[in-house]
Amino acid sequence: MTFEEIKDKLSHFKIGIAGAGGLGSNCAASLIRAGVKKLVIADFDVVCESNLNRQFYFADQIGVLKVKALNDNLLRIYSNLDIDFRVLKITHENVKELFQNCDVIVEAFDDKHEKQMLIESVIKYLPNIPLVIGSGMAGWGDNNSIVTEKFDNLFACGDKVSEINEDLPPIGPRVGIVANMQANQVLEILLGKM
Amino acid sequence: MKIVLNNRDEEINAEVVTIKELLEIKNFTFRMLVVKVNGVLVKKDRYEHVYVTEGDNVIVLHLVSGG
Repeated sequence: MTFEEIKDKLSHFKIGIAGAGGLGSNCAASLIRAGVKKLVIADFDVVCESNLNRQFYFADQIGVLKVKALNDNLLRIYSNLDIDFRVLKITHENVKELFQNCDVIVEAFDDKHEKQMLIESVIKYLPNIPLVIGSGMAGWGDNNSIVTEKFDNLFACGDKVSEINEDLPPIGPRVGIVANMQANQVLEILLGKM
Repeated sequence: MKIVLNNRDEEINAEVVTIKELLEIKNFTFRMLVVKVNGVLVKKDRYEHVYVTEGDNVIVLHLVSGG
């Protein structure tokens, strides 16, 4: 496929992104660059200084709602996008309404309880929509521990074990690797294998 | 019995086990899990009540914070 054909094909799909932090903001940028035009992105948080080490935001956006800032940043990559951004906290109750028209859903939360809530909600309410999650990306180095594993129509990207703590913070490179692996997995789901 | 656990064939030394027992046997000590048996979600409060038998397909997904 030429890049023109790839862009054309991807432009017809809608991708749901749950969370606009390190995974969500970078995954969204990567998908948009590849040719995706339609996104649903939900997050309730605002950009803060500590986000700038890994999230696709800029110093002059501190205090701005993440979905608003992300919308602005994505439109600076390509201007003809159809981004449905929602300022809300994703819960068990609204997952179905939010993402039911999406072709693939990307789990992009930070907290493991939220990850579990989203995964269980998608399995329960939207079992036919492929879900791409991220789990295990704290710290630095150890490139080759980061993998993707398929379980039914759930795809898990990450090293599966390294959890964030004070001495193992989330940092740009590993979070970005996993965010881009998620985007790459979305492309494989939508375009088929190379 | 033979089961498939996380896409791999596993031999379990019992005819039937609960999810809770399977997690203990396999030493899955992590707290935050998503479990599916034959495609059906099993929530944490059901781990003692759902049984795994010959031929079952079990997924135990381990979640850690970060993103």
